[in-house]
Amino acid sequence: MNRYIALKKRAINRLAQGLCLLALLASIVPLVTILLDALARGGSALSLAFLTELPRPVGESGGGMANAIVGSGILVALASVVGLPLGIFGGIYLAEFGAHRFGHFIRFLADVLSGIPSIVNGIFAYTLLVLPFRHFSATAGGFALGLMMIPTVARTTEELILRVPTTLREGALALGIPYWKMVLRVVVRSVRGGILTGILLAIARIMGETAPLLFTSFGNPFWSFNVFEPISALPLQIFNYALSPFDEWHAQAWAGALVLITIVLGLNLVSRLIMRFSK
Amino acid sequence: MNSDTQKGFRVEDLKAYFGKVEALHGISMAIPFQQVTAIIGPSGCGKSTFVRCLNRMHEVTPETKVTGVCLWQGWDLYGPAVDPVEVRRRIGMVFQKANPFPMMSIYDNVVAGLKLMGVRNKQKLAQTAEQSLLRAALWDEVKDKLGQPGTSLSGGQQQRLCIARALAVEPEVLLLDEPTSALDPIAARKVEELIYDLKQSYTIVIVTHNMQQAARVSDRTAFFLLGELIEYDKTALIFTNPREKRTEDYITGRFG
Repeated sequence: MNRYIALKKRAINRLAQGLCLLALLASIVPLVTILLDALARGGSALSLAFLTELPRPVGESGGGMANAIVGSGILVALASVVGLPLGIFGGIYLAEFGAHRFGHFIRFLADVLSGIPSIVNGIFAYTLLVLPFRHFSATAGGFALGLMMIPTVARTTEELILRVPTTLREGALALGIPYWKMVLRVVVRSVRGGILTGILLAIARIMGETAPLLFTSFGNPFWSFNVFEPISALPLQIFNYALSPFDEWHAQAWAGALVLITIVLGLNLVSRLIMRFSK
Repeated sequence: MNSDTQKGFRVEDLKAYFGKVEALHGISMAIPFQQVTAIIGPSGCGKSTFVRCLNRMHEVTPETKVTGVCLWQGWDLYGPAVDPVEVRRRIGMVFQKANPFPMMSIYDNVVAGLKLMGVRNKQKLAQTAEQSLLRAALWDEVKDKLGQPGTSLSGGQQQRLCIARALAVEPEVLLLDEPTSALDPIAARKVEELIYDLKQSYTIVIVTHNMQQAARVSDRTAFFLLGELIEYDKTALIFTNPREKRTEDYITGRFG
């Protein structure tokens, strides 16, 4: 009898394990397919010229997306100017002083903000920074992306700080260190690796956003380093090229997608490494 | 009031609360200057809470409160104009579990207090680091690896590092909250020897579960039970000839 039950349990265990493994494989399939597809279709268009040259006008072959790659970098920098200070200090506030009703309210708002469709952020930035100046600009795009960074960075920072043991805080306070210095120089410092990881993941997330840029940074076929001018970004360029009727542009869109995926994967890998080494 | 009663701590009717719960029921005692005073008693008797009141660490825990009088060298620690940060700088504390700052080297750990108070002078920092580590009897073991993380040291070394860190800000008092209870006997003995050396220049209050330790290191011993001070006298008297039955029961291991 016991033997029978043991066998039955083992069988159920195997079955559950098998189903979990199946679900895991099924969820990896899309990622692998996308990677292989991007590689197959965009690999041929990927060249040194693609990474270093401007897009060519319609009808001319060749050219690249260098301005879009740089543009994405500039947009991330602008977004960081908005998102990092607000996110990090907001997270510190929530962790240190957020145990009351106002704190819960702010936390709720942060969660709502992270759930807002990205195109709505774009419209908001459009109303605030494009309409008054009658001008698309990199700043407006960076602002829209920065808004998306705030909740992610804030909640990551908050959770990391809350996990810092009380003994560490008390150790610092017992030395006669003022509270705010204890928080910034001991507590935050002890989790800076984790915060950096959170930042990189937030950047990886906004890197691929197209919708908030459609009517903020707009796109630009030329080099632009002026933050008050329209600027190109990889997802925008991919979007435009993918919708075009030209086969060569389609291939370039795939190549752009490949570059974007590589950057995002790279950011994820780097954040993993930081996590490992900061422990 | 003569100058002798001004020396050391004078505590009167000290009550400490966690929320509405009164954890200390009106403690009054004088802790002498530059001697070692041990606080003993079973778990939950309020020993830790008591020493945490002496440097205003009790109030760091949310929803706590302290009433009564606590003077250090005549200085009213709970006076209206007193900054708790200043209290904690002059009255240092070492905790049960060694808590070196992570992501900081041994050297940075020792000078953390000074650095965070704004001392920038490299020479002064280096000097203080060496002196503090020497006084904490750790210098010889770490002088060649000051750049390594503080958390890489052994448990006993970490605890002495925490003592060095506390000494570096030049406090007048050291409060030791069960400093050896997480250490093996050899490491614990080193810390005890250290306490013996340090009493030349500091007033020391040590909370301990270990009666032998109290007997070895302290000049005076206070026995706490259920938030009250039951007996307080010269250590030799407490351990050989206690006045209270409850003290005797505790030190002979009949309860607690």
